[in-house]
Amino acid sequence: MPEMVADALVILKRNLIKFRRQPEMLIGYTIQPIMFVLLFVYVFGGSIDTGMDYEDFLIPGIIVQNITFGGALTAVGLVEDLNKGLIDRFRSLPMARSAVLAGRTLADVVVNLFGVIIVILVGYVVGFRFSTSVPEVLYGILLLLLFGYAFSWIFALVGLYSTSAESAQQIGFTVIFPITFISSAFVPIQNMPAPLEAFAEVNPFTLAVDAMRHLFVGTPAGDSVWQATLWSVGLVAVFAPLAVMKYRKVSAR
Amino acid sequence: MPDPAIIAEGLQKSYGKVEALRGVDLRAEAGSVLGLLGPNGAGKTTAVRILTTLLEADAGSARVAGLDVKADAKQLRGRIGLAGQYAAVDENLTGFENLDMVGRLYHLGKPTARERARDLLERFDLSDAADRPAKTYSGGMRRRLDLAAALVAHPPVVFLDEPTTGLDPRSRIGLWETIEARVAEGTTVLLTTQYLDEADRLADRIAVIDHGTVIAEGTSDELKSQIGGERLEVKLRDTADEEKAIRALGGICDDVHAEFPLVTVPGHIPVADAVRALDDAGVAIDDIAVRRPTLDDVFLTLTGRPAEEVEDSDA
Repeated sequence: MPEMVADALVILKRNLIKFRRQPEMLIGYTIQPIMFVLLFVYVFGGSIDTGMDYEDFLIPGIIVQNITFGGALTAVGLVEDLNKGLIDRFRSLPMARSAVLAGRTLADVVVNLFGVIIVILVGYVVGFRFSTSVPEVLYGILLLLLFGYAFSWIFALVGLYSTSAESAQQIGFTVIFPITFISSAFVPIQNMPAPLEAFAEVNPFTLAVDAMRHLFVGTPAGDSVWQATLWSVGLVAVFAPLAVMKYRKVSAR
Repeated sequence: MPDPAIIAEGLQKSYGKVEALRGVDLRAEAGSVLGLLGPNGAGKTTAVRILTTLLEADAGSARVAGLDVKADAKQLRGRIGLAGQYAAVDENLTGFENLDMVGRLYHLGKPTARERARDLLERFDLSDAADRPAKTYSGGMRRRLDLAAALVAHPPVVFLDEPTTGLDPRSRIGLWETIEARVAEGTTVLLTTQYLDEADRLADRIAVIDHGTVIAEGTSDELKSQIGGERLEVKLRDTADEEKAIRALGGICDDVHAEFPLVTVPGHIPVADAVRALDDAGVAIDDIAVRRPTLDDVFLTLTGRPAEEVEDSDA
């Protein structure tokens, strides 16, 4: 096994142990999407005309929004490791330079998969149903995890530049939260004011959400599936090297 | 003679306008302990970070365990251990899991990593706590675990950055004994400390560092003799006897305290001889003692200020 993979797996294991020992973290992580599903379906659902069942419209949107925030765990975890001197320890070891970040972001994938399952289960309770083939659903979940993985790398970079866990989370929420809303996640973008609609159309969230709707409930795909895939790969290709570069120079505070 | 385990020449490092290191030379022979003594902000931690490949120097060069800290960084990381003032252990992992993880990251292989983890927990008196998350450990236990992590790969050179800062006296002595045991086995140690007694006890040679430069270097005794060696301190019953006492003790007086009947005479005078001489001269004394200079005195003499009176601003 290449050294980099072996090292990353050691770090992955370490992070998964942490989730197991701090289940309250995961509870917090799952309550938010459940709340969002219930609020949107029952509070806004009746007033939003999407031309289809709102549950089927909403669940792909919520699931995409939720997965982008999974990466916040990476930012928070890295800031903690920096402040506690663990990153110094790792950097003084003869391990691969990318392994700490790779193990960290891979741990997010595991947690994200858990989150995806939760949202789908809650979706089923409120009336969401898959209406596509099994391979389409599986590709959808794979694409979701890839999209979430891309955001884990963005959050990794944010975490390495942050001085506190709070500030890292704050950056995540103030930047990413609005962007997820100015997309097709919760409402059809045709009803937005023209400038917002123009933004929403090119927003990668819209692409990801449209791709998920196509793969889960069979709405027309357009170019969304391959474009969302390309965006995910592209974001990893840009942000992973940037984060590793920053990691090589980062110092404890 | 074998190469020194640590050799640094002309290390310089600036953070913006702050010059953390202004040309530092260090040297530690294999199997010895080099103490880097200085107040907070002196540049000790910066020097350790450069020697452990965490930071690149702006100028100068350093070799550790025969390897260049810049060119052979990756290889060097396999031959050093680092433990620090922050006790860098993963609180969510048990003691065993922490050491096992570090062993795996040193690429020892699974069986060896596990064996070393168990062995070190035993030797560091942590066996009972081996399967408890480190967040339940006391401060002293965490430091021991941190130090154990630095030793997992049996590295020939170990860096300890203020290993006992913030520990209670008992834990400090325990940690000192552990370090001494490693050194007895041939490990080279570079130890930074702001505690003079710590350097005095552990270090074979001491480099006193202040404002990014080494202002003195030598054994503890050499440093002490720089400021005059031993003195005899005599506490008189009556201040009026001062002149008489000084004459009886050879005529040289270092220090006469105006409002305090205390006479300090430099040089090595056996106490018994001094008592006899004072008695013959009819001088009554309350107390007499040989006073050896402490590293506190050294620091005061070298820098013009006590070691403790420095603002906390380590870069």
